[in-house]
Amino acid sequence: MAYSDKVLDHYNHPRNVGSLDKSASNVGTGMVGAPECGDVMKLQIQVNDESGVIEDAKFKTFGCGSAIASSSLATEWLKGKTVDQALQIKNTDIVNELSLPPVKIHCSVLAEDAIKAAIGDYRAKQSSKASAPAEQTVA
Amino acid sequence: MKTPIYLDNHATTRMDPRVLEAMLPYFTEKFGNAASRNHEFGWEAEKAVDNARKQIADLIGATAKEIVFTSGATESDNLAIKGVAEMYAEKGNHIITAATEHKAVLDTCKKLEKHGYRVTYLPLKGDGLIDLDMLRESFTDKTILVTIMYANNEIGVLQPIAEIGKMCRERGVLFHTDGVQAIGKVPVDVNKDNIDIMSITGHKLYGPKGVGALYVRRRNPRVQITAQMDGGGHERGMRSGTLNVPAIVGLGEACAIARREMPEEMKRMRYLRDKLKSKLEAGLDEVFINGSMEHRLPQNLNMSFLYVEGESLLMGINDVAVSSGSACTSATLEPSYVLKALGLGDDLAHSSIRFGIGRFNTEEEIDYVADKVIDVVKKLRELSPLYEMVKEGVDLSKVQWAAH
Repeated sequence: MAYSDKVLDHYNHPRNVGSLDKSASNVGTGMVGAPECGDVMKLQIQVNDESGVIEDAKFKTFGCGSAIASSSLATEWLKGKTVDQALQIKNTDIVNELSLPPVKIHCSVLAEDAIKAAIGDYRAKQSSKASAPAEQTVA
Repeated sequence: MKTPIYLDNHATTRMDPRVLEAMLPYFTEKFGNAASRNHEFGWEAEKAVDNARKQIADLIGATAKEIVFTSGATESDNLAIKGVAEMYAEKGNHIITAATEHKAVLDTCKKLEKHGYRVTYLPLKGDGLIDLDMLRESFTDKTILVTIMYANNEIGVLQPIAEIGKMCRERGVLFHTDGVQAIGKVPVDVNKDNIDIMSITGHKLYGPKGVGALYVRRRNPRVQITAQMDGGGHERGMRSGTLNVPAIVGLGEACAIARREMPEEMKRMRYLRDKLKSKLEAGLDEVFINGSMEHRLPQNLNMSFLYVEGESLLMGINDVAVSSGSACTSATLEPSYVLKALGLGDDLAHSSIRFGIGRFNTEEEIDYVADKVIDVVKKLRELSPLYEMVKEGVDLSKVQWAAH
């Protein structure tokens, strides 16, 4: 299978690889996929509590080159966006940017799911912080 | 050293230059039809074909008259299984095979099931071998054929062919084996192994593509198969069609070379394979060998690199030609059915690479490939959330995955 130049570029030079402190209240973590399916994506965002802007984003992905590229691209796009703007990222945007072939569309879907899961986790932490007494860790 | 490096010799092999040289005259000046009985051109072609028959027979301990030429192993498998099923239909309708057979065998068996035949698909043990006790219990008074491959194309595992052959012989059941991965690579003897029918192909042993053969035993017992193609009654009535003389000459020469050089070549292949294996094991943790190392072709290594997905690994070693059991590399998006039949989880199948070493590989190439694979696996593990979790002490089997 031939890969697009952009997929190759993200595969060879993945952006924002790594992990953020998943216990921090301003970090949202999304983990989607399953090893049996051949892809697992972990995507994390760190949000500025005041401005609601995503200051940092990191990923780690087990999967094919297109899955790695989709999540690498997603972290690039997330940085600097507000959480609400981030929710607007669609898998089709990723498909177009990376010129993914039809058999690889599920990689982009997974990346969109990972974004949503990370934001969901962040929001859950925020609302429990607001309702719960201060400094209590949420399991 | 030139790249890309070819390490996919179970898929096909580069033709030996000596084979090409033997073939060339039969495209041009020696172009006769081997079935032309009344002129020099025909005699010359027939003589070349008979010589090739002898060369093939010598490699497998058969006689020249027991070799039927075909277009390749897929045709040979079809002819063997359907031909026996049809010929012995009055005797019975039960066939025994194994879950890890090549699709040419499995799909042929499935076709026969639609026509009223019963097929037993033996499961595999964790090391890739069939369970002989299970085979013994699978025979019925309706069993007419057992078809079990000699060596597996993905994991290189050698089945206990002699034991299977003996069991079949004792019961008067015919034994067919798909020998394509084994012939020319390890010693194969149809008499010692009690093989009645065997599929052979040219391009897996440094011969041409598009030519194969079927060994059909003529004595003790005399095996009969029904032709699957109607025509001029060539090949003792079992396979009509004008013989592909140049390719047949090539197949014969490839067998003759293999027979001469096998002892040396086996040693060299085993040395290279073992070197690749030990380098990878020394350079990486969490690697897993798929299939028995003891009962295995010396050319084969099939390894899972845990927490790394196979296609992404292939992408990183893009100047090395190998295959992966990963779903992403197959048209069906299903991971390898062979690895799954060994009881491997999908995650291990997704992480597997098949290395197939061949006559033209050098030690320098093996060193390069080992270093490259180690580099890329390490890089991909830096990227792998699974590897990170395992290093943090998480038991992946206990994680609730959000499957999509």
